[in-house]
Amino acid sequence: MALLEVENLQTHFRTPGGINRAVDGVSFHVNEGETLAIVGESGCGKSVTSMSLMRLVPEPPGRIAGSIRFAGKDLLKLSDREMRAIRGNDISMIFQEPMTSLNPVLTVGRQIRETLMIHQGLDKQAAEAHAVEMLTLVGIPEPKRRVREYPHQLSGGMRQRVMIAVALACNPKLLIADEPTTALDVTIQAQILKLMLDLKHRVGAAIILITHDLGVVAEIAERVMVMYAGRKVEEAPVAELFRSPRHPYTQGLLGAVPRLGSSLAGTATRLAEIPGQVPDLRKPITGCVFAGRCALATDLCRQYAPGLEEKGPRHIAACHYAAKGAVAA
Amino acid sequence: MSPPLLQVNDLKKHFPIKTGLFSRKSEFVYAVDGVSFEIARGETLSLVGESGCGKSTVGRAILRLFDITSGQVILDGQRIDDAHPSTMRQMRRRVQVVFQDPFSSLNPRMRVRDILAEPIRNFGLAKSKEDLEVRVTELMDTVRLPREALNRRPHEFSGGQRQRIGIARALAAEPELIVCDEAVSALDVSVKAQVVNLLQDLQQKFGLALLFISHDLAIVEHMTHRVAVMYLGKIVEIAPRREIFAAPRHPYTKALLSAVPLPEPGAQRNPIILGGDVPSPINPPKGCRFHTRCPFVFDRCRTEEPTLRAVGAEQWAACHLDEVPQA
Repeated sequence: MALLEVENLQTHFRTPGGINRAVDGVSFHVNEGETLAIVGESGCGKSVTSMSLMRLVPEPPGRIAGSIRFAGKDLLKLSDREMRAIRGNDISMIFQEPMTSLNPVLTVGRQIRETLMIHQGLDKQAAEAHAVEMLTLVGIPEPKRRVREYPHQLSGGMRQRVMIAVALACNPKLLIADEPTTALDVTIQAQILKLMLDLKHRVGAAIILITHDLGVVAEIAERVMVMYAGRKVEEAPVAELFRSPRHPYTQGLLGAVPRLGSSLAGTATRLAEIPGQVPDLRKPITGCVFAGRCALATDLCRQYAPGLEEKGPRHIAACHYAAKGAVAA
Repeated sequence: MSPPLLQVNDLKKHFPIKTGLFSRKSEFVYAVDGVSFEIARGETLSLVGESGCGKSTVGRAILRLFDITSGQVILDGQRIDDAHPSTMRQMRRRVQVVFQDPFSSLNPRMRVRDILAEPIRNFGLAKSKEDLEVRVTELMDTVRLPREALNRRPHEFSGGQRQRIGIARALAAEPELIVCDEAVSALDVSVKAQVVNLLQDLQQKFGLALLFISHDLAIVEHMTHRVAVMYLGKIVEIAPRREIFAAPRHPYTKALLSAVPLPEPGAQRNPIILGGDVPSPINPPKGCRFHTRCPFVFDRCRTEEPTLRAVGAEQWAACHLDEVPQA
């Protein structure tokens, strides 16, 4: 059953240079307990999508249209007060930079307590005890001492664990993780990814993982949605997407990543380049958003935007030329 | 055999930190603590490791952006760590740098033409005004940017294009060695591929040596000849690419490689998850610096510091385990 259903989400920003169509007509769903990854490069709208789900986009200059149905309610129709009851409770979020998203002048214990006291109505003692439990859950040693510490006393990996503890404190149904490991070193990233996988099985929350790292996607996602220039261009189960990407952009993205072990496999040749750059989102785009950089593009692509079509089992892509059913080379 | 282009001998850089009310310099950050390596002409050596391991400090010491605490940096047979400013100036031409952040490493008030012309004028490489113009336009062709862009300023370019300007500026001085300090880390996947390919082409074309400082192991494997793995200010392993990626010897190298998530769903891998965090370089652990996180630690590691020893043809690792007879 779908926990979250997003229909035709449009998040536009008014800027001096015109209207920036950061997210332009994106639809997707997330099932209960499922992990959906949203991938794409800077400016593709993946973070704006997640901010829109939480209604954290400043309005104005932003404007969100479409519908976001979460557990039967349209989040875009809720009052600010109703929305506040959902944020941090039913839907919570982990950000990339744990140093800027934790409050530097409050102890970590207080920051975990706060959500519990507001949303779950716990008293201070109960909340404190639960905070210690949460820190234990996310694998912080000496949790009783750590609850009394401030964010600057913790390392980057520990801070990210605290962020996860804050996010999971109220047992959310949906967790949005926006580049949760991007700022971390590889060995710490491995710790945090393992933690997220463990917690996924234990807590059972659905996860929307936003990242540009295809390695992280392969590691924890079940389904992947690829965004480009504010639109969804492809969506498929993770194994299917990596095995037979249909959209030329997805193919380019996968080809541009060097793989560990390439020197041994003798595949350390040239990386595939995607020529050119992302289009300016302040100008209306007619036709396919990727046409300007696509090797397959024809006049058809430049005039008519392709719709999302089924290309395989649970596999959709927006391309006039992506073969239906055929396994791409 | 010709001497190496760059030789670094027992390089140390300790930064004093001010403590207490009277700012007595009583403690030091042991950022780099005895590092030695060589780079041959036309070779790429990569320095890899996690934040705070000292890899960037090594790069900056070679560029002589600060004076080193002890050790030697020798460029083409000549010491540059204590060279007089006038000789240093000529040496600086031969070693250039590309930084990580293309937004802060270009002067926003200068046009691209002036950014590229500055090093050429500085080192007196152009014979005339016309020659300068020819060189500047050639540089734009070399890094595959349109010539019209010469009259624009950095803010008009995307991240990938700015990084190309940074590379063109480094090339303008006709260097023999370029220090690339996380030069592609801030770029998006598709743009990163463009810049990596460009760097490889330039190396071929000009016979450049590269000191490639990066934390991205997949990129490193793709473009390097040799790799030095650093941990807390020391090199723990140094070897040609094939040896590092196929047969890493040091436990830290193994853990680092196993921790990289592969873009292959369902890939069978057993990451060695290291516990804890990197210790502080202010009070590095006694004995082997990795002993607090090493899965194979034994008594000797806690007291005695291992030194780099040859474990293969060109492979060196600093680990006591290599002395234990292999079962």
